[in-house]
Amino acid sequence: MAEPSDRVIPLRHYGRWVSGALVLLVLALVARAFALGQIDWPVVGQFFFSPVLVKGLGNTLLITVLAILMGLALGIVFAVMRLSRNPVTNAVAGAYIWLFRGTPVYLQLLIWFNLALVFPTVNLFFWKARMVDVMTPLLAALLGLGFNEGAYMTEIVRGGVLSVDRGQMEAASTLGMTRLMAMRRIVLPQAMRVITPSIGNEFIGLLKTSSMASTIAFTELLQRAQNIYFVNAKVIELLIVAAGWYLIVVTLFTLVQNRVEARFARGQSHEPPPGYWHQLGRNLARKRGPAAAAGSSR
Amino acid sequence: MNVSSEPMVKAVNVHKYYGHNEVLKGIDLEVARGEVMCILGPSGSGKSTFLRCINHLETTNRGRIYVDGELVGCRESGGRLFELRDREICRARTKMGMVFQHFNLFPHMSVLDNLIEGPVQVLRQPREAAVERARALLAQVGLAHRESSYPRQLSGGQQQRVAIARALAMEPKLMLFDEPTSALDPELVGDVLAVMRDLARSGMTMLVVTHEIGFARGVAHSVVFIDGGVVVESGPPGEVLDHPRHERTRTFLSRVPG
Repeated sequence: MAEPSDRVIPLRHYGRWVSGALVLLVLALVARAFALGQIDWPVVGQFFFSPVLVKGLGNTLLITVLAILMGLALGIVFAVMRLSRNPVTNAVAGAYIWLFRGTPVYLQLLIWFNLALVFPTVNLFFWKARMVDVMTPLLAALLGLGFNEGAYMTEIVRGGVLSVDRGQMEAASTLGMTRLMAMRRIVLPQAMRVITPSIGNEFIGLLKTSSMASTIAFTELLQRAQNIYFVNAKVIELLIVAAGWYLIVVTLFTLVQNRVEARFARGQSHEPPPGYWHQLGRNLARKRGPAAAAGSSR
Repeated sequence: MNVSSEPMVKAVNVHKYYGHNEVLKGIDLEVARGEVMCILGPSGSGKSTFLRCINHLETTNRGRIYVDGELVGCRESGGRLFELRDREICRARTKMGMVFQHFNLFPHMSVLDNLIEGPVQVLRQPREAAVERARALLAQVGLAHRESSYPRQLSGGQQQRVAIARALAMEPKLMLFDEPTSALDPELVGDVLAVMRDLARSGMTMLVVTHEIGFARGVAHSVVFIDGGVVVESGPPGEVLDHPRHERTRTFLSRVPG
């Protein structure tokens, strides 16, 4: 018999050890299957930094960044229209969302790419050209992904603006600000805090959706990987390379996202939010036990 | 009390509808320069709506409101009233400060940035001058040490004092207070009322919608009782609060503490 004590002895969770071990076992089996499967791993290493694929990655990033910027610009404009008391602008913004959210982005890409079938020439009065020359794969991909993204962004921005208390607009008005200035200086910066996590998700979604632009001959990462395996037949190996690059970009982007969200969260918590590396360092250094707990409760 | 011939605020027959619901049924009222006027009344009486009509946060449907001799929100031409554009109304609003029940500080800006936002962005004052004046105002409301805090790090009473300083930073001729202490914990009310009392002593024209009978009795020059969208009675606090002539005023005062 142990000494009598008023110390509470924590419950031991044997079930967690069992389920944890089972999951690790399954993971080990999957890893083993892939390691022994017919994958030519040296080919993966050989092509990982091949200039052709790195160039494709560059194009993927280019189209993603351009489309997200275009989507954000369209989103702000259409959100303001959607929130306006003018029934015409309101309805037009509604129709835009309905049209571009209601059709597959793949279909929209095909329409932009084949726009020459509808309008053989572009005529801007001072400048005239054949549509097939103007509508390059890059432009078609940008318009297709950008307009589609704008429709989603409109709803995100609108939600962000609506989340800002009405009193903010009133307080800005009493300082003599016009509606536009109050929107720019007071409402939108606060809406950004609500919007940024969603924009991050949209960026990651768009990064992957941009692979659809491969179908309209835009030479992004996946399309280039396919071009290589059509020649050397190392299908899975090149798809693994592409997957690796997508994962790397998403991981790096998450770090950036972390920083941006901390910036827009200014004034939200009682303490300034810790930076990412500071947070990481603290997480790594955190020890168990009362001594460490006393040290970390600053 | 610095009384000149022209009143700071003059309301003539002000009507306001929400749909078919008439919330203001012809308000007539005058506030002299340097006068502190408290507006009392039950909730839903239209007292806050009337205050918000003065700086045109609410539009009026009929009647005229003059502030500092200028018609607010409208332009008169050929005996008819035409609503003004946003930009023209904004210019008029810079003459009036407003303090809200829920403070409405800008949470994404530090206290100092809240104070200089209007002077720098709207009045186009140089930043250094605005910062200097903002610091003086923060000292005046007893918060000199909190200029780099964010609003959410402050107590309700501190936030409301910052809100008063923010309104004063625009150097207004008139201050409007919309139930400035109603959202505060009881022990924080005193600090805010003290700042308002100092402001009243400095000669600021103030129009205060409040339930603080003690403040009305001690600081106000005049008290107006509004109920059902009309002015029921008005006069010096000693008369209205201690010897009300109307039954509705008596009933209301008997239900309000203080």
